[in-house]
Amino acid sequence: MPEQVILSVSDLSKSFPGVKALSKVSFDVRPGEIHAVVGENGAGKSTLMKILAGIYLPDEGRIFLDGAQVRLENPLKALHLGISLINQELNIADNITVAENVFMGSERGRFGFTRKEEMRKATREVLDLLDAPFDPGTRAGTLSIAEKQQIEIARALVHNSRIIIMDEPTAALSENETEKLFELVLSLRAKGISIVYISHRINEIYRLADRVTVLRDGSYIGTLEGDQIESELIVKMMVGRSLTDFYQHEVATERTEGFIKVENFADGKKVNGVSFEATAGEILAIAGLVGSGRTEFARLVFGADRKTSGRLVIGGREVQVASPSDAIRQGIAYVPEDRKAQGLFLQMNAHENITMNVIGQTAVAGFLGAGANERITVEAVRKFAIKLASPKSLALSLSGGNQQKLLLARWLQIMPRLLLLDEPTRGVDVGAKSEIYKLMGEIAKQNVAVVLISSELPEVVGVAQRVLVMRGGRIVADLKGADINQETIIAFATGVREPQQLATATVRDPA
Amino acid sequence: MNTTSMTADTAAKAKAKASRSALMRSLGILPILFLICALFALLNPNFLTANNLTNVLRQASINIVLAAGMTMVILTGGIDLSVGSILACTAVMSLLTSVRPDMHWATIIVPLAAGLVMGAINGVLIAYVKLPPFIVTLGSMTALRGSAYLFAKGTTIINNDLNTAWIGNSYLGPVPWLVIFSFVVILCSWIVLTKTTLGVRIYAVGGNEQAARLTGIKVGGILVFVYAMSGLLAGLGGVMTSSRLYSASGLLGNGYELDAIAAVVLGGTSFVGGIGSVAGTLIGALIIAFLNNGLTLMNISYFMQLVIKGLVIIIAVSIDKYRTSRR
Repeated sequence: MPEQVILSVSDLSKSFPGVKALSKVSFDVRPGEIHAVVGENGAGKSTLMKILAGIYLPDEGRIFLDGAQVRLENPLKALHLGISLINQELNIADNITVAENVFMGSERGRFGFTRKEEMRKATREVLDLLDAPFDPGTRAGTLSIAEKQQIEIARALVHNSRIIIMDEPTAALSENETEKLFELVLSLRAKGISIVYISHRINEIYRLADRVTVLRDGSYIGTLEGDQIESELIVKMMVGRSLTDFYQHEVATERTEGFIKVENFADGKKVNGVSFEATAGEILAIAGLVGSGRTEFARLVFGADRKTSGRLVIGGREVQVASPSDAIRQGIAYVPEDRKAQGLFLQMNAHENITMNVIGQTAVAGFLGAGANERITVEAVRKFAIKLASPKSLALSLSGGNQQKLLLARWLQIMPRLLLLDEPTRGVDVGAKSEIYKLMGEIAKQNVAVVLISSELPEVVGVAQRVLVMRGGRIVADLKGADINQETIIAFATGVREPQQLATATVRDPA
Repeated sequence: MNTTSMTADTAAKAKAKASRSALMRSLGILPILFLICALFALLNPNFLTANNLTNVLRQASINIVLAAGMTMVILTGGIDLSVGSILACTAVMSLLTSVRPDMHWATIIVPLAAGLVMGAINGVLIAYVKLPPFIVTLGSMTALRGSAYLFAKGTTIINNDLNTAWIGNSYLGPVPWLVIFSFVVILCSWIVLTKTTLGVRIYAVGGNEQAARLTGIKVGGILVFVYAMSGLLAGLGGVMTSSRLYSASGLLGNGYELDAIAAVVLGGTSFVGGIGSVAGTLIGALIIAFLNNGLTLMNISYFMQLVIKGLVIIIAVSIDKYRTSRR
């Protein structure tokens, strides 16, 4: 091999009950490079990184460090060999100081007594290196997420890590913070440290990566280098087919413009006056960065949180929504972003999960309408092609895609007029994603206004007929046709482009 | 390879497996009940007599009634520590009305209504003031215990001519009324939990409160219902206890909440909420009753009985957990 390599893995495989997470994956890391690993959710990125960090043991395959085979049986071993993993969810204890966090689990000291001064000094040196604006004695809980990330990087540096793995490091960062992180990552590379950078934001990879390795469905697809790094190609490798097929869905011929009118929704916190009209029969996407108020807005419309202002007109009639049960009565459905925490009843079976919203309607004097419910489930399982052993299977036992279909099936039972989908394809495998897009098209066709909230720009561009961009709790752009592309959306979402002058939808007072 | 028939085959297998695990879940602790009964039957010839078995069921009846309410509460992820105190309060109320001829009509109604109201207050504090169930019911447990003593003026109220004495001391055919009452309660709870929308919603709230709210379930209403039910059933327990004893005092029902919780837990209901059944609770309550009875028949000291009871609870639940996690 002409190139120098510090870490290489060959033919790594790892299975979990029911899924082959990794299958014969090989890749290598060179000193002082930024190596991006990309792939759809469920492609095996995280599994691979957890193996490298000693959290999982591979079922098969070998790992070489500096040419010698190693066994990474636990995170401490990986750390001692110079590999650090910085997770998306940061490992920071808020109640203790920065220095204590940096040395957590490997405190310096003797006989159980720690040497605070020594740890503080070492931490300060590293923080200076990182140009961090806070003191080792600061309580970690008072810092921002970006700063906590710096603590993690400091932790990697005091352990003399040569390889730092970063898993979606920008997911929770603002634009400014992202920029700073990029500078930091580049300066680490200049110091000869290798960065394995996991992301599915093509733009970042484009900017940072020296090499890009693509995984799909647990398999190694290929590694791109230099001029080969090109977004079109990366996406094609990630998805495994051309984008047009992937997002294909039926488009309604019959539409009702102005079917939904949203006027001046605000909660006094993260949503600052959102107004727009939506067309029944269309898929309208709301794009924007994390924290732009998209989810909060959807929850306001659905009555899940208290609004300070906002009027909603559906089909020409103003509706009052003060709680989710009001919303359901008015034909508003909301599929929340966190499927497990907010959507599913994991310990209940698929049948109960599908019929939960309508058991009241099929019941006779409070007694469950068993026959009617069963017919609903059978029909839904067939229509949505939900893969399950039996309707009595617990929701817990289904794959991410099938869980999402359960939720869609549940919400379609209320015959929605407005369907709010919050990140409907998060954590869903590629095949199921495509099916969900098709279902969205079918739903819209039945004269439903479908509102898709999504952080995945390719999805937004591929699926929506119209895109609203949110920033700082407001709508800053209303895009149609050729304007719907990733660059324009990002420009508005990040504030690079000034907000459009939007005609605010006014709801005529009936009085 | 014929994939369709293969998936059909695996689907059938998975289905069989799912129904088998559902059966295991609902059967739960039943084998342990049989084991305990078989053991006592071998060790003591008097154990398996009709007389003794009737006796055990009668002794278990009040705990069964309390535990049925407790099951619903724990299914929502809560706890009700106040049932013993509500039982004492309502028992005293029942006796107070019984000693006045003009109030005879109220000897059953008043304690039931009072129990319902006390439980509902717990429920409102938990559902709408959003206090933790443990704290709320710890408070009401203490306050209502004091109230029971106050109502009884610190004495024991005795009525040898109690108009509800039939409940505690008569039989319907060969079966004591107390036992009939307890089984009717179990049956009704079972119907509510398995056959009604309310039941599905109780499981839903316990399984995932956020998701329940987002599916339009009025979570507050469900919580008030389960605590009110628990209170009502504690009131029934008050009627049953006082009618058996012809008397009531502030001392009644001390520690009953723990027996009820033990029965629920033995019955396989999860403390986290969302998992469990009232059938399991019945078995759990029977295990406790048979243990009490069998150990007493064997002349084992009361102190030793407590030790054994405690250990059985821990061991039984450990076995159950081990068995259900290894599917």
